[in-house]
Amino acid sequence: MTDDSAAPAVRLHGVTRSFRRVNALDNVTLDIQAGAITGLLGRNGAGKTTLMSIIAGHDRATSGSVEVHGHDPFENAPTMAAVSLVRDNQRYPDSFTLANVLTAAPLFHKRWDRALADELVAAFRLPAKTAVKKYSRGQMSSLGIVLGLASRAPLTIFDEPYLGLDATARRFFYDVLMRDYLEHPRTILLSTHLIDEMEPLLEHVVILEAGRIVRAAAADDLRGSAMNVSGLTTAVDALVGDRRVLQSRRIGALSSLVVDGPADDRLRSDAARAGVEITPASLQDLVAAYGVDESAALEGARS
Amino acid sequence: MLDDGKPIFQQIADSIADGILAGSFPEGTQVPSTNELAAFHRINPATVGKGLGLLVDRDILHKRRGLGMFVSEGARMRLQNERTASFRAAFVAPLLTEAASLGLDLETVHRIIDQEGTNS
Repeated sequence: MTDDSAAPAVRLHGVTRSFRRVNALDNVTLDIQAGAITGLLGRNGAGKTTLMSIIAGHDRATSGSVEVHGHDPFENAPTMAAVSLVRDNQRYPDSFTLANVLTAAPLFHKRWDRALADELVAAFRLPAKTAVKKYSRGQMSSLGIVLGLASRAPLTIFDEPYLGLDATARRFFYDVLMRDYLEHPRTILLSTHLIDEMEPLLEHVVILEAGRIVRAAAADDLRGSAMNVSGLTTAVDALVGDRRVLQSRRIGALSSLVVDGPADDRLRSDAARAGVEITPASLQDLVAAYGVDESAALEGARS
Repeated sequence: MLDDGKPIFQQIADSIADGILAGSFPEGTQVPSTNELAAFHRINPATVGKGLGLLVDRDILHKRRGLGMFVSEGARMRLQNERTASFRAAFVAPLLTEAASLGLDLETVHRIIDQEGTNS
């Protein structure tokens, strides 16, 4: 859908963000393609929210360079105006009602679409009289989605936009996100743990683990870039050989591994002969394979 | 649809091919646009484009500039031939392997298929 040759919307080079002695981001170099939907995946604490805050200009890298549409976003009003960040824990003034929020939003986003905001507010059934501060988790998420989409910002960032939403509301979000993106193409970056559910929406995928980027690729290339291999440990180990193992679970004589690289026909026929099962790893399998503390995971099985 | 183990772009290509085989998209007619398919299935348009691209590469579909994608002449016949070849590989070969492991000879397999055929 997008033109690979266009300048990236976001360029990060060697970005590190330290909090005391911990690096929340550790030497991150990444381009985010303009006009595409990119998913930011990784376990809790991997650095997703920190990365998004730095791109939106709300936080500043300890070292490294950050460019959004060609400029350093930090406290840079024109650049920040082209970015809409929907945080999972957005705070609003105590007395604010829905009308106050919807009146304030266009002041920050010059492409604000009032008609879209009204449509979404009605669809999510957001209460007009309740103070926004007293909204439920799901209502808060819905309001974030309204603000993110109706801002039509050239770079729109959603940090786990679905918290507290039921399946129907989430499906409505995916529908309206895709519809509005197709009508008004723009750069969208979103973080999610609902990988199986949201991966079809994504063109690019970035996987963060412990502040570092472990994968950044087209979603279609990442799916099937690893495989699940399971069966008797001796047979599994013989089959896998010196391939790179991303995750292993061993219980008794049984093993289940996530192994880097796609399965070829040769490996498949070897596996069939050895009674080992090979299936393509989903994006969810791949994300789950990173950052697992194997010794901790196996304590449960032994006891 | 769109939930088995195959890549999503492959599933998009297969669903259009199914429609052509079933006669829903006759030769010479237009198929849904990338954006229509993306919105309908909630799938990234780049993925849909990749799926349609697979069919263009095989001349099942062709692009008419500014108009959209159309079903090519002879597409149905080509699909039928391709599917017959993959039917042998995907169904008949494993069937014979399983039959052999159960100790069934070819004659028995034939008889089972005939019985199943008259039942359905």
